[in-house]
Amino acid sequence: MSSNIEEKSNLLEVKKLRTSFYDGKSKLEAVRGIDFTVKKGEVLGIVGESGSGKSVMVKSILGIIPTNAKIDAGEIILDGKHIENLSKKDKRAIRGREIAMIFQDPMTALNPLKKAGDHLVELLIRVRGMKKKEAKNEAIELLRMVGIPSPETRVNQYPHEFSGGMRQRVLIAMALACNPKLLIADEPTTALDVTIQAQILELLKKLQTENDMSVVLITHDLGVVATICSRILVMYAGMVMEEGMAHEIFYSPKHPYTKALINSIPRVDGEKTRLKPIKGSAPSLTKVAKGCPFAERCELAIDKCFTEMPVYKSFSSTQKCMCFLAGEGDKLDG
Amino acid sequence: MFKYIFKRIMQAIPMLVIISIICFGLIQLAPYDAVDAMTTPNMSERTVNLIKERYGLNQPAYIQYFYWVKGILSGEWGYSIVTHENITKDLSVRIPNTILLVLPAYILALVLSVILGLVAGARKGKLADKLIDGLSSFGIAIPSFWMAMILVFIFGYQLDLFPILGMHTIGSEGSFADLLSHLVLPCVVLTLSFMPELIRYVRSSTIGQLSEDYVMVQQAYGSASVTILFKHVLRNVLLPVITIVGMSLPMLVTGAVVTETVFGWPGIGTYFVKAIQGFDYPVVMAIMLLSSSLVILGNLASDILYSIVDPRIKGMGE
Repeated sequence: MSSNIEEKSNLLEVKKLRTSFYDGKSKLEAVRGIDFTVKKGEVLGIVGESGSGKSVMVKSILGIIPTNAKIDAGEIILDGKHIENLSKKDKRAIRGREIAMIFQDPMTALNPLKKAGDHLVELLIRVRGMKKKEAKNEAIELLRMVGIPSPETRVNQYPHEFSGGMRQRVLIAMALACNPKLLIADEPTTALDVTIQAQILELLKKLQTENDMSVVLITHDLGVVATICSRILVMYAGMVMEEGMAHEIFYSPKHPYTKALINSIPRVDGEKTRLKPIKGSAPSLTKVAKGCPFAERCELAIDKCFTEMPVYKSFSSTQKCMCFLAGEGDKLDG
Repeated sequence: MFKYIFKRIMQAIPMLVIISIICFGLIQLAPYDAVDAMTTPNMSERTVNLIKERYGLNQPAYIQYFYWVKGILSGEWGYSIVTHENITKDLSVRIPNTILLVLPAYILALVLSVILGLVAGARKGKLADKLIDGLSSFGIAIPSFWMAMILVFIFGYQLDLFPILGMHTIGSEGSFADLLSHLVLPCVVLTLSFMPELIRYVRSSTIGQLSEDYVMVQQAYGSASVTILFKHVLRNVLLPVITIVGMSLPMLVTGAVVTETVFGWPGIGTYFVKAIQGFDYPVVMAIMLLSSSLVILGNLASDILYSIVDPRIKGMGE
């Protein structure tokens, strides 16, 4: 299966992306040089703690970062076209049509004064050039597709009449409305309760295969990633720590951070062990250390880790990792 | 929704009663009372008692209160103790004059404020915002009588464009053009004095709404910022403005006291000021009651309006 994915061509290529927030003269680097690709038809998971720059990174790709943030450098190539230097208008044309995004909090993502259906209708009219009536029928169809019962009445209801899970479905319907090539899901299940989470993930997976989209799924929940992602990117402090196929990340993680993340998930199989939390918290990005960003919290850190930035080491054609000790670190483990 | 509106109306009634009691009580507690205004120190005890009896002032306060309320409910607001004119008649002449001045000024101020506030909010931190926000801070600090004087000096005296006093030129009372030219200066003063706070309100409301998630979602789906501003943000911004508009209802009576006084406009303002100066208690009480009742009614109106406009309240109480 992995070789199959390797053959697929790249839909999105991000090279050396850097995004910072500016507050007067102080600068906060949220994304510090990220490289990754999204292949056609794959589900890529991006995992990391809160504050690791996941959301800022995907918002940079879409060009919807807050006004006090700026993309400092990097290339973003969508389907062979550079999109990082497009004019505002051209960039807008990509949003929704080529890349759609669903957000973390479905409770606030819809305009409270507009009917759920009108969100869809507006979008269909603008993006697909439909007539109003046609768009309304299509909106009902879309709502049916994302599993909202009795869409004919739901289409005329206001967001506050929907539950969280149902609202997220409406947002997914919005994403599908424009047949995007790439769907970015920014923590789509974080604000939902667990049973609903599973339903939404299933729905995403189903729609992804039916429509042959690529999906980038951002989450801080490794359980979510394990369910539907084929490839995984582990982010920390605005950098990619490790990248690999799902089985590589879960069964032979190379980076101490990835290992620590996996150790902190409760397991239902195998022996019962105490959960091992990662000590400390994600670093503040205002004072960026010279060395590996994880060094401070890393149990295996050596002196070099604090002074020098590690480079990527490849372990297979799909797995690479940024750590001095990776691969040879086993003897240092004890 | 009707249940909600009914509930709100039922809540407003006791409030009105309480307000009438407070109005009445305040005047009763005032150190100088109506009797002092009508008598002179060299009147005999008997005369004073006669006067008290004539106006019902010899009775206990609660009886006086009931007479007063009864009078108000039957449209009989009593007589001024200074001019002995019928208050109902005076008010019916003066209220329209004030409305004629305040209403256009308020509507104009509202429309301009929504536009300017929206522009400032949408361009937060940019030049347009700094200009609009700066000028409104300035505007808040300027007392309206001072602004009135300046305008009178420039446009009334130096340029001699507009009359500076009253409502009509003697001899041309029926002329609309004449009325209009009298209206310009006080109306401009009022508009300018209403605007700064409204602008700041709309501006901060716009900034708040623009940072909402739904705006980001719309951006993510490629809506142009202008579309987002007018199709999504505007309605959300106008919602709280309804409250402000409702609360401004009493302005139709007391909104222009200072401006009316400066321009000698024969409205409620000048009437009110004169009544206070002359210890004309029935008049003061009538205007106090009127304006405080309008606060309640304004609130009621904005709640009802809210329930019509906001779908989240529409469904309540059902």
